[in-house]
Amino acid sequence: MMIDSLPYLASLSVVQSAMLAALFVGISCGLLGSYVVVRRVALVGDALSHAVFPGVVAGFMWSEERNIFVIFGCAMLAGLLGIGVVRAIEKSTRLKSDAALGIVLASFFAIGIFWNSIDQQSGVKDFLFGDLAVISSLDLSLMGGVTGLVVVSVIALIRPFQVLSFDEGFALGLGYPVKLLNFIFFGLLTFAVVVALQAVGVVLVSAMLITPAATAYLLSDRMHRMMLYAVGFGCFACLLGGYISSEISGMPPGPVIALVSAVVFGFVYFAAPRHGVISKVFRQVQQSKRVERENILKAIYRELETDGFKDSGISVEKLAIVRRTTLDDAIRQGKMLVSSDEASWEEDKSAIYMTPSGWRRAAEIVRNHRLWELYLTDLANYEADHVHDDAEKIEHILGAEAVRKLERDLDFPEFDPHGKPIPTISRSVESVIGKSEETGYGV
Amino acid sequence: MSIPALETHDLTVTYHKRPVLYGVDVAIPEGNLVGIIGPNGAGKSTFIKSIMGVVPSSGGWVKVYGKPLKEMLHRVGYVPQRESVDWDFPVTVMDVALMGTYGKLGLFRRVGKKERIIASEALDKVGMLPYANRQIGNLSGGQQQRVFLARALAQDSDLYFMDEPFAGVDAATERAIIELLQEMREKGKTVIVVHHDLQSAQQYFDMLILLNMRVVAFGKTEDIFTPELLHKTYGGKLTVLSEMAEKAAQFPVSNHDDR
Repeated sequence: MMIDSLPYLASLSVVQSAMLAALFVGISCGLLGSYVVVRRVALVGDALSHAVFPGVVAGFMWSEERNIFVIFGCAMLAGLLGIGVVRAIEKSTRLKSDAALGIVLASFFAIGIFWNSIDQQSGVKDFLFGDLAVISSLDLSLMGGVTGLVVVSVIALIRPFQVLSFDEGFALGLGYPVKLLNFIFFGLLTFAVVVALQAVGVVLVSAMLITPAATAYLLSDRMHRMMLYAVGFGCFACLLGGYISSEISGMPPGPVIALVSAVVFGFVYFAAPRHGVISKVFRQVQQSKRVERENILKAIYRELETDGFKDSGISVEKLAIVRRTTLDDAIRQGKMLVSSDEASWEEDKSAIYMTPSGWRRAAEIVRNHRLWELYLTDLANYEADHVHDDAEKIEHILGAEAVRKLERDLDFPEFDPHGKPIPTISRSVESVIGKSEETGYGV
Repeated sequence: MSIPALETHDLTVTYHKRPVLYGVDVAIPEGNLVGIIGPNGAGKSTFIKSIMGVVPSSGGWVKVYGKPLKEMLHRVGYVPQRESVDWDFPVTVMDVALMGTYGKLGLFRRVGKKERIIASEALDKVGMLPYANRQIGNLSGGQQQRVFLARALAQDSDLYFMDEPFAGVDAATERAIIELLQEMREKGKTVIVVHHDLQSAQQYFDMLILLNMRVVAFGKTEDIFTPELLHKTYGGKLTVLSEMAEKAAQFPVSNHDDR
């Protein structure tokens, strides 16, 4: 089949075959890279890409005029040898895998460079930095074959690979051939790495293996979706990077692809809907705004409470005093409440009145505060002068369920440790609605 | 006497050339709730890990219902320690419960309706069905433990090994778990649990293995939960035994050539 497709592959233009190669690399690296990321073996991928390098040099040395199959075979052997050396170091010394990988990465790569410097092979450079433009139809058929193998294996073994990556001990308990599965996985990984060499080169294989999968990881909580995203990001980086590098003469594609990959990661890092930085900051801002609004409402409630709730609103001057702030800032705070429909202005903006939803929220916060204080003093045995500051925080995060629990545990209390009444929501809302009818203040 | 659910003979494990378990013999009859207790570093977790083959043993043998474990894996369920996995892993609660059904599916068969029903029932049993579509990292410790338990239930095994299922869980979860384990025992299942709390061990388990590198005592809880035996278990290792075992572990030739 591979051979049959050769005439077709041979008829492709340089650009077309470069694009096809980019897709192959994006697919195989995206699929396997996802496992590499969730299994936390990113360093293995990196070490592997360096370990195969002397194999590439040997392949050039021993094959007549750049036979890709010989190069591929030698690279595979070198990669497996590298993994074997890592295992051997781990087993026979007290060194852990990261150190063993570091040793193999540097020494194998050095062997390749050393060997190549003695006996210069011109094509080796294409593998060091990657070059999509020199991909032959034979290369392409090999890449396609490897990609097909990776896709078929990953689909067929999707469940075993998932369990193996999540919980190897449990995989053993299921009777899975864990050693064989690991061998298959790292074998496929070596294939994919060798294929990726031609696009991005030895040093930057991580750009295809790790970065797209890591980007996908920020976006997805499901393995299969993560793999699809990783494939998408990988293909995108490879295509765009390949294109850009072809437009700039003398620019190898590897670094450009790696940069595109990194830019995509950076974008997602900031903009991802749940795990992204921007949305985190946004949520924090929203939260601190809510806390401020709740504190203003609470201050108004307390002020009105001292007068026995004769009024349902306070003047801006009064608000500035109880909030210990300037008049301008008090107006800003009033605007905040009005824009959230928790208060409304007196017509000349000299005073603000709480709306029913404002009353409800204010009463909730004061209740939360006082309930929590009571809980700390009565059930957790804190002194009454220890509890206020803690309650200032807890009042904003106490949920409905926790409140019900506290009320039950404290036997539906009426007063807090300082003797102030704990509001119940229905009572206070009824009172304000009644009041607003009396005062003629509409809601 | 019928065939024991689990039998180990002279089970020995060395780790980094140090003995962790030395010549452990137990024979656990079917239908018991068994606790493994002992001080930190006594080899409690290692014991069940070596039975499951997660940690290689350097000597001795294990039989499950009279046969080697390899032939009996379909009747054995395993609940590893909660900390042993990465809870940021991109799977949902349902995905993890489904893993329990994978043993009977083999490597390639796909998950079908039947498996989904089994997993849902198992999640329902531990009260985690409402969380089925959550990513596992968003759960509390107790909830994570319940998910692990649901996965074990979905395996529908006869013999279970559980590594510290009560570690770091809230009181309600602890109660729910022990009730579940007792219910499993009533159905004739054998459950072997690594446990670290002496107080509750006496109430929870029918039988105990008092372990400290070796088996200090093994038997019915009421027979062996005695101050003398507990003192012997927790009072430190036998100095000469551990010294000599250490030497033996570093000795190049295996003294178990009949594996």
